[in-house]
Amino acid sequence: MMVHSAEEMEAKDRGERLRLLGLSTPSVLLVTVILLIPVGWLFWLSFSGPNGLSLVNYVRLYENSAYLTIFQTTFVLSLIVTVVTAVLGYPFAYLLSQLPRTLAILGLFVVLLPFWTSTLVRTYSWLVLLQRRGMINTLLMKLGIIQEPLGLVYNSTGVVIGMVHIMLPFMVLPLYAAMKSVDPTLVRAAVSLGATRRHAFFTIFAPLTLPGLIAGSLLVFIYCLGFYITPQILGGGRVNLVSMKILENATVYSDWGAASALGVVLLVATLLIFKLIQKIVPVERLLRSP
Amino acid sequence: MDDQTVSHRQRLWLYAFGIAISIFLLAPIAIVIPISFSPGEFLEFPPPELSLRWYRSFFSSAEWMSATWVSIKAAVLTVLVATPLGVAAAYGLHVSQSRLATTIRPLLLVPLIVPVIIVAIGVFYLYARLSLINTLTGLVLAHSVLALPFVFVVVSAGLQRYDMAQELVARSLGASRLKAFLTVTLPQIRQSVISGALFAFVTSFDEVVIALFVSRGPSSTLTRKMFTSLRDQVSPTIAAISTLLILVTLLVAGLILIAQFRQGSKRLARVE
Repeated sequence: MMVHSAEEMEAKDRGERLRLLGLSTPSVLLVTVILLIPVGWLFWLSFSGPNGLSLVNYVRLYENSAYLTIFQTTFVLSLIVTVVTAVLGYPFAYLLSQLPRTLAILGLFVVLLPFWTSTLVRTYSWLVLLQRRGMINTLLMKLGIIQEPLGLVYNSTGVVIGMVHIMLPFMVLPLYAAMKSVDPTLVRAAVSLGATRRHAFFTIFAPLTLPGLIAGSLLVFIYCLGFYITPQILGGGRVNLVSMKILENATVYSDWGAASALGVVLLVATLLIFKLIQKIVPVERLLRSP
Repeated sequence: MDDQTVSHRQRLWLYAFGIAISIFLLAPIAIVIPISFSPGEFLEFPPPELSLRWYRSFFSSAEWMSATWVSIKAAVLTVLVATPLGVAAAYGLHVSQSRLATTIRPLLLVPLIVPVIIVAIGVFYLYARLSLINTLTGLVLAHSVLALPFVFVVVSAGLQRYDMAQELVARSLGASRLKAFLTVTLPQIRQSVISGALFAFVTSFDEVVIALFVSRGPSSTLTRKMFTSLRDQVSPTIAAISTLLILVTLLVAGLILIAQFRQGSKRLARVE
């Protein structure tokens, strides 16, 4: 082996590290040029009025009651979807976490299959199921439960049903990961010390899985905030969300001031919530969970 | 033992709930397949007789076929761009141990966080100035940005499970860094790279929102065309296309599972 002085080796090492780091340059460039610069541009655009820097676009958002309604609809709808997925997802993830291995794998497959299926395919299925002459209405009428077909789609009911279906895996997967990491002997110990199963669940298990629930809920919430495809199709134009208004302003009216200001508000809300998630569960771990 | 049976009976509602949720999750996907074979304009379940009418209408439509080709081309090119870039970045950050790496890592995850609708208007605004609208290049670049984090995360995870000392051995025996990577490291993280590439393929193939902005007319992707035709009417042809897409999904997901399973069993083997 060659003998180098310590400084020499360190310098060589530092140079090598920098060169290795350089391997990420093409990726960084791609993200910068295609994403960061255009988004920065939008940011700047949102603050520019007819005579230079101004808040005119934001004032317009604030003063126009139509925009306020859209923000409200988006927020309330996202909240409803988040609560419904949490209520459905928590017991389901709990069941999966308690099942024996083979059944649990089958259960995870049930969650992953829709997760991997195209959003458009799933949206289309709901359209077929929920239409006036769709399967659900036909079935309910044949069974004599209803006389008139229910308006299940092209309104917010349809949007919520479709969105819950799309978002449920995003809730179940982090919850399942959190529940699997709870040491089962803790609950057993509580029961052996005299706690009822219910008591042990609520005082031991539930608090330990709370980070998973919060992370899943925030994740679903931010995806809902920016969601476009499913609400557009299942809402049939009657449910107006921020994402739709952004698209409309940009492509139909070429009103870049309004589009970019809406985009900035959506982005800032998303980033703030994301910061919260990151504090609870790092995003990389969420991705790796399946 | 008595305790066990009681808890099972108490949990009956949980099992019933689990079955109901499973039906909710799977039924919408399962139902598309039989109705795609129904002969009529109205989608019936169960179909009165089986017919390939809507498959024929898909495969004989020049427009649908061209959109399918655009999607396949875009997805393959996205894989070819995003995979090497993601692997290089994951490897570079993994081995450099530089403090800068902790700044670069979140930067590469940004595309996961920013809502796609915002990426889409940003890209639209940029492409209008570079005349990249309605070009395959523009579509592939935007899809690559979305696919990059998936490749990066999956390959980074693969590298964490891999013992770098093996590459060091190869280099101490005279191999260059590149050669050591290609002949020693790459074959061992192969499954992660394959998973990452498959994720990239699906990301591009399924993407709609960016395609809505930057691919129109003859450069429309399959999902973009599906989206616009769904907005207008519920055409049964979409059932046939959906069934084909479900098949593609099952195939790709199966391949990802196999890749991850192989990686997992290899890891187990090493531990033993």
